[in-house]
Amino acid sequence: MDRIKKQIDKSRASAKKIISVYFTAGFPELHDTTEIIRELEKSGADMIEIGLPFSDPLADGPVIQHSSSIAISNGINAKVLFEQLSNIRESVQIPLILMAYLNPLLQYGFEDFCENCQKVGIDGLIIPDLPPEQFETDYVEILDRYNLKNILLVTPQTSDDRIRYIDSLSTGFTYLVSSPGVTGNNKVFSNVEETYFKRIAALNLQNPCIAGFGIHDKKSFESASRYSDGGIIGSSFIRQLEKEGIKGISQFINKFR
Amino acid sequence: MFSVNDTGFYGKFGGAYVPEMLHASVEELRRCYLDISQSDDFQTEFRQLLRDFAGRPTPLFRANSLSEKYQAEIYLKREDLCHTGAHKINNTIGQILLAKRLGKKRIIAETGAGQHGVATATVCALLQLKCVVYMGAIDVKRQAPNVARMKMLGAEVRTAESGSKTLKDATNEAIRDWIANPSDTYYLIGSVVGPHPYPDMVTRFQSVISEEIKKQLLEKTGSENPTAVIACVGGGSNAAGAFYEYLNEKEVRLVAVEAAGKGVDSGESAATTYLGKPGIIHGSMTLLMQDEFGQITEPHSISAGLDYPGIGPLHAHLFDSGRAEFLSVTDDESMKAGLDLCRLEGIIPAIESAHALAALEKLKFKKDDVVVVNLSGRGDKDLQTYIDYFSI
Repeated sequence: MDRIKKQIDKSRASAKKIISVYFTAGFPELHDTTEIIRELEKSGADMIEIGLPFSDPLADGPVIQHSSSIAISNGINAKVLFEQLSNIRESVQIPLILMAYLNPLLQYGFEDFCENCQKVGIDGLIIPDLPPEQFETDYVEILDRYNLKNILLVTPQTSDDRIRYIDSLSTGFTYLVSSPGVTGNNKVFSNVEETYFKRIAALNLQNPCIAGFGIHDKKSFESASRYSDGGIIGSSFIRQLEKEGIKGISQFINKFR
Repeated sequence: MFSVNDTGFYGKFGGAYVPEMLHASVEELRRCYLDISQSDDFQTEFRQLLRDFAGRPTPLFRANSLSEKYQAEIYLKREDLCHTGAHKINNTIGQILLAKRLGKKRIIAETGAGQHGVATATVCALLQLKCVVYMGAIDVKRQAPNVARMKMLGAEVRTAESGSKTLKDATNEAIRDWIANPSDTYYLIGSVVGPHPYPDMVTRFQSVISEEIKKQLLEKTGSENPTAVIACVGGGSNAAGAFYEYLNEKEVRLVAVEAAGKGVDSGESAATTYLGKPGIIHGSMTLLMQDEFGQITEPHSISAGLDYPGIGPLHAHLFDSGRAEFLSVTDDESMKAGLDLCRLEGIIPAIESAHALAALEKLKFKKDDVVVVNLSGRGDKDLQTYIDYFSI
């Protein structure tokens, strides 16, 4: 069963863009992970990215790094996360994607990690610091073996040729990084981003595209998803969690519809 | 055998594990760093600045009292006499000349103790480029004189408040700045770390150290090759430079000295080859201090310049292949060796370099063995630490 494809097909059929939400596992409290996932699904999120915290997250801004530090000191790690997720598929239907930097995966054992992902019902992986060339030579078969989708990033600096190459390796969807910068910069999208989103759309890639980085309100969500299948909300959700905890989730998601 | 391969690896170490946001910038550099840095026009300007601005060649000094004490022929490569007080300037001149040829207008750098930051600010002032230096909040406090020097030279010092607020976090922040400013900004890494091509590029710019040692030794001893070359390793740029011309000269012992801090098993150490496992830091696969879950741990050394949880991938490979010997020296041993050099030779060494000197206590030499210690920097920046330690 391909949950990601099903969800994107459903969204296309209903002309409702995918709302994908990122959060840091083990934050604000160690055992909040599963409740946040359930609450997000109940509130209408279409897809969830669960971040496995890393001490040195290069592609992330201060908000996600801060939540990662807290989560690590709360005691989260890959082993604890898999325990927390062990029964998640009893109650949650939407696609769940794990986002993790490469080093914690290597220390856990890359193949063991993938095997456990499959066991608990993870649909795909985003590994931001694993370059596509390295992915192609060393890891593509392992993800296949455990039926995990591989979600790769493209950015405004990525050339058309390279975008096609990345698209050829991606399964699930391609992650459009909206503008130069790390996560959590709330800049207002301009024609620069619009031109970039249009350029990608014109390439007619084999994979659906979902945009992320800097999406923090209805307006930025609409501009990011106008030429793609949806948007990913990360840092602004973490800020919300820190401020109001789990109870504010449904109201937060509604702001984007 | 010890050169980087086409994909940026030394054996199993190295590579460029960078997020896609950095791919274009790193790839641009990878494509042209050799062509540019090996061109006649570049080499002429680089050599001229090394000579007239940095003060090269630096002397190779026979340390008579040390030679007497350790019963060997001991020479000091005086990188401490470089402009700005350490070998760091060799690399900053090279990379800034490269950045100019790439048309970059703005230089960013990370710094721990502040030596690389000062060297970067210095060359940016000379060549009139905008300069931003990232420095961990804790280091900004403990290295206040270097912060002032950078500001005097016109650089903007940005405090890294994330994570452990030291060198590795300053590096993270610099990388994030580069991600956000891909077109006009050049990231000037200060050591032989980071994604390919940085480790190789920085090694080549620092290789002037061993190039000079060879010539100077030939003049002084009749042979280019010493018995051993000793250098301290944090990230490892001075060691890479001092070893480079000897990597394939099997009879030359290469000795890398890491900071044991309060002892390798004390929990407060920076002895990466002893405590580390293969892992990824700042875009490079290398030996890395980390916990069982792959979170990078905080190193400790009395010397801010050796306080890095990884080592350059070249060094990881030299360790793995057995080409270099790795020793570690504690805070106490290095402080004693530092004071010894003051009293015996009239030179106040940087505490980093004092680690290399302390290795002399641990190695056995014959009387006619020729031993070169790379004295990577001077101790002015460490006066307060020396004063506090010895209650002077």
